[in-house]
Amino acid sequence: MEILMSLVIGALLASAVYLMLSKSLLRIIIGTGLLSHGAHLLIITMGGLKRGAAPLLGEEAAAYVDPLPQALILTAIVISFGVTAFFLVLAYRAYQELGTDNMDEMRGNEAND
Amino acid sequence: MSLLHLAIFSPFLMAMLVPFFYKGLRSIHTGWFVLVLPILLFTYFLGFLPITRNNQAVEKSFDWIPSLGISFTAYVDGLGLLFALLITGIGALVVLYSIFYLSKEKESLHNFYVYLLLFMGAMLGVVLSDNLITLYMFWELTSISSFLLIAYWYDRERSRYGALKSMLLTVFGGLSMLGGILLLSLMGDTFSVRELISQAGELNEHPLFLFAMILVLLGAFTKSAQFPFYIWLPDAMEAPTPVSAYLHSATMVKAGIYLVARLSPIFAFSGYWFWIVGAVGIFTLFWGSLNAVKQTDLKGILAFSTVSQLGLIMSLLGVGAAALHFDALDDNIYTAATIAAVFHLINHATFKGSLFMVVGVVDHETGTRDIRKLGGLLGFMPVTFTIAVIGAFSMAGLPPFNGFLSKEMFFTGMIQLLELNIFNLQTWGLLFPILAWVGSVFTFIYSMMIVFKTFSGKYQPEKLDKKPHEAPVGMLISPMILAALVVVFGLFPNLLSYSLIQPAAAAIIPSLVGPGEKLSVHISHWHGFSTELLMTIGVVALGALMYVTLSKWIKLYTVFPGKVSLNNLYDTSLYAAERGAYSMTKSYMNGFIRTYLVYIFVFFIGILGFTMWTENAFTFNQNNLAPIGVYEIVLVVIITAGIITILMAKSRLTSIIALGAVGYTVSLFFVIFRAPDLALTQLVIETVSVALFLLCFFHLPQLSRHEERMGFKLGNVLVSLGVGAMVTLMAISAHSNKMFDSISSYYVANTYEKAAGKNMVNVILVDFRGFDTLFEISVLAIAGLGIFGMIKLRLSKKGEEADEN
Repeated sequence: MEILMSLVIGALLASAVYLMLSKSLLRIIIGTGLLSHGAHLLIITMGGLKRGAAPLLGEEAAAYVDPLPQALILTAIVISFGVTAFFLVLAYRAYQELGTDNMDEMRGNEAND
Repeated sequence: MSLLHLAIFSPFLMAMLVPFFYKGLRSIHTGWFVLVLPILLFTYFLGFLPITRNNQAVEKSFDWIPSLGISFTAYVDGLGLLFALLITGIGALVVLYSIFYLSKEKESLHNFYVYLLLFMGAMLGVVLSDNLITLYMFWELTSISSFLLIAYWYDRERSRYGALKSMLLTVFGGLSMLGGILLLSLMGDTFSVRELISQAGELNEHPLFLFAMILVLLGAFTKSAQFPFYIWLPDAMEAPTPVSAYLHSATMVKAGIYLVARLSPIFAFSGYWFWIVGAVGIFTLFWGSLNAVKQTDLKGILAFSTVSQLGLIMSLLGVGAAALHFDALDDNIYTAATIAAVFHLINHATFKGSLFMVVGVVDHETGTRDIRKLGGLLGFMPVTFTIAVIGAFSMAGLPPFNGFLSKEMFFTGMIQLLELNIFNLQTWGLLFPILAWVGSVFTFIYSMMIVFKTFSGKYQPEKLDKKPHEAPVGMLISPMILAALVVVFGLFPNLLSYSLIQPAAAAIIPSLVGPGEKLSVHISHWHGFSTELLMTIGVVALGALMYVTLSKWIKLYTVFPGKVSLNNLYDTSLYAAERGAYSMTKSYMNGFIRTYLVYIFVFFIGILGFTMWTENAFTFNQNNLAPIGVYEIVLVVIITAGIITILMAKSRLTSIIALGAVGYTVSLFFVIFRAPDLALTQLVIETVSVALFLLCFFHLPQLSRHEERMGFKLGNVLVSLGVGAMVTLMAISAHSNKMFDSISSYYVANTYEKAAGKNMVNVILVDFRGFDTLFEISVLAIAGLGIFGMIKLRLSKKGEEADEN
């Protein structure tokens, strides 16, 4: 299962990088979304996918899955959400102010250097 | 902190007071207040003469950074005292001269005297420091104050050019010297010059020895304008003439000489020292004098003549090093070279200082320094003419002036080289006396040019801005004193020999002077019909002949095109370096964010792939894998489909929805991987994110609302596949190398026992690792405030209009 997940994560990252290299600002943000999904799945996979009960003591199982990666991912999800929301509003404001979403047109011109 | 330290720091203290004198007492020329200090210092340093006469020294020390072995140790021996007397003595004369040279009304005098005092203090620090780091600090301070003084008239373009050039070259040398100092301290484990001298024998065998020597010499050669670093000195002539007289003839350019002399006891045992210092010096002498003849500006001639004379002193110091290899001889003839170097050092300071002041007088009274416009001034300025004759004849090496004596001693030193049979001198040794002699002929020619092109010949009033007349008395006092010294030292050289020259020479070659002994220094005018005398007669004869026929062969200089010069090399290489740096930066900093991302990703692939390859790090281990169920396969298929949809989608809307699909699939993964909290959070957050994406999509500007298919680029595909492959390989490899068990058994065991909760993830988040949560809350708060600010705050004009609407 871990090998399969590694391949899925690789595919997520590859497509994320591909999107981030494109011109459109929205696609870049979609790429960052895929990138964070890949990272979250990587954390949980590397924590080991051994079958066990959910990390709730009420289950009274013999073995539980590792709770630590889950806590880490939960933190990461919230942070990446905050950053993504900020980026999206930034992109929205950039559309409003600059009238473009093409990254090639957004490069600083030399007169401003 | 002793009186000696106070003496070294007093110019800095005085520099702080200068602006108050300038603003407070406008009616009196600020220079009069400044003049007091160098006179006081000069008399104070004269008090050391009885001590150094017996080859003893005064040492005072106080700690600066004791933990690094850096202290401020002031050390006065013969060599240091000689320089200190030169600095304060000529300093006093230059300040006096500048009072009459610089106008009280037109010039910003406070700047001038602050810079000059800074320089004086820095120079005293250089020559009286025993600690190499302190010496380096003062050394750079001389570079900075010299930079400020050259650009004193900063509204002139040539001044700024000259200042920048001298700064670049001398700081280049200064930094090299710092490298050499650090290497020395690595080898000898101390920064103190005297402690290093005591271990000279061991240092000599150290593998870093040669590097330290070359780096230190780079510093000395750039400061003392040796070939090929002399090019800054002619451009430094844009400074006011008192500055040229003080810094660029008598003191700062001798800092390199001082360094070479001071470190001779450490380095001179090596044959390389002899060759490098001797050969560079003698070639500089030759080259400087050759170039001086073609100058038309009086200060230009003097600048090249300074270069040439510094080369002379440097070559004598190099040759003097030979003395250390023959210490078995009873009467060591090679110590004569060191004595000659010290003697000429004093002589050069006197006659060159007076010549610069003479040129300043001529410039001041006629408005030009161009020898093509000058001529026939003898009738107008008889006093100036007399001083010029004394200075120039001494420089040319004519009796009865002091230049004659040191020139004879110089020839002696060069001829004695022929008797030397070490360092492969048999083959190349003959070049030294030949270059010395040819250099002397040209020295004679340009010395005559200074006097006769200026003061004799035809008077050309139509080319002059002012009607020439004799300078004010105050302006002539300083050059008269210096000219008088030239004559006095010329007639009674033994006034100096045991008071100044002997202690200084003994400090340069201490290993040859036993306790209580003194070097025998006796300078006599007449020593028979020797080879040296014949050489001098030859110099005068050929020099006079060539001067008379100057107009016939001066055109030879134009044979060499102006483009083949070191100045041109400096200018073009500076320009090429600037252009090169600009185009290099331009080529990779192109402003496209995509390019920078490609750099980052390619580097990521490269460094990770390289490490895996070289360390043989990839492992594949099938143990410990979880089984694959049907659900997982279904989810993998869905997520793959989502990815493909995003990549292939024609419209942005499709890719946003596909991204949502991927996010929900991830939360389903969390469900089957037994992570209920993650699944919940992921579901909610994915929903909000997709809503935000749709908001952005809705607000796309009208213009670019075209549904575009993403441009297909092979490079992007390669880079992204590489990143994906790398991450996959890394993940597989990391999973196959489990080093030790998880620490989570502790959480499982203690979640209820110690933290009174049953949901392990939540207990970790708020109890075991609550700090993470605190700051993750802060991140959300900052993001929220940031978004609010971005939407509400409109500072641009466009924004204000939008608000009004």
